[in-house]
Amino acid sequence: MSDLTAATGNEADRHFPPIAWLSSLALGLVVIGGIVMASYAPRLAPLKAATALLVAAIVLLLGAVGLLFRIPEFAWARFLKVFKWSLLAYIIEAGMIEFVFVKDQMRGSSLLIVTLMLVVFATSVPVTIAFTTARYAEVGDE
Amino acid sequence: MTDTVVSPARIGHVSPPPERPKIQIVPVRGLPIVALAMAFVVYAIASNNKWALMFCHVVGGGLWTGIDLFVGLIVGPIMGRLSIPARAEFSARFMPKMVIIMPTVVTMNLAAGFQMARKLGNLTASSPNHAWLIASFCVVGVMVMIALGVLEPANVAVLHEMNKKVPNGERIHRLMNRFIYTAGLIGVMQIATLVIMTRVASR
Repeated sequence: MSDLTAATGNEADRHFPPIAWLSSLALGLVVIGGIVMASYAPRLAPLKAATALLVAAIVLLLGAVGLLFRIPEFAWARFLKVFKWSLLAYIIEAGMIEFVFVKDQMRGSSLLIVTLMLVVFATSVPVTIAFTTARYAEVGDE
Repeated sequence: MTDTVVSPARIGHVSPPPERPKIQIVPVRGLPIVALAMAFVVYAIASNNKWALMFCHVVGGGLWTGIDLFVGLIVGPIMGRLSIPARAEFSARFMPKMVIIMPTVVTMNLAAGFQMARKLGNLTASSPNHAWLIASFCVVGVMVMIALGVLEPANVAVLHEMNKKVPNGERIHRLMNRFIYTAGLIGVMQIATLVIMTRVASR
């Protein structure tokens, strides 16, 4: 390994539950759901499949958050700092996508499902980014 | 962007670690340009102006594809062959810019592209381009998964690691490898996007 590695405290990384995997899987499910919904536009998409994907994504995301809260000695300050800024960025991005669907006259159950998918999208990505950053931070590190 | 230099000489010291300038993870000076681009996308969608939609879609898509191909197939392999301190210094300057450029061009491309497809009727099942567009949704879906689930978290984590008083070199190396491999994968997938989009445009 290089000088950098040799010189900079190469302590072993802690083992964490698969939080990033769960939140990324949740993202994957809403991406698939989004493709299903978009591929039917302007017709009405089959809502059963989209709802099933959405529910599975919400369960995975809640599972990730549940596991996150059970971690002892976690760099919460770092997590929250990264999470809030990422959340802001992805709310703007999700808002743009929502705007397109609303502009295209999507209404009712379809709009509700797309909106909830975008909520999962705008939450899961910040969870993944913030967790990946905070897992390597020292506890109490700002 | 601040003058963020992670000097190899500086980063190589163990104790006491010298004070290094902090890396500005989000280049604040670039945010007005992002806001301008987003405002233009909102205008394009709200007005349904064909030129504005096409502009956002083509400019966003061209930059997205070009940057992914260049970073994945040219910059990535070069970074992989650099020494770790050189990689760290390059990344300290390069990665913060990617944090704001990529989400902006992707949003421009996708939001305007979807609206354009609706306007041109390419999304209707009877359109000869329908199947190609669904294929493009799938390719974009996989790229989004890789970019948002792996590449971007690794990018942000590297920058935070380099901001520590004593960065962990092995960790930076591992996270950067993740960045390089996923950027390469996305670069290859962009070739599929080029094939699909040129097919759609030539019908």
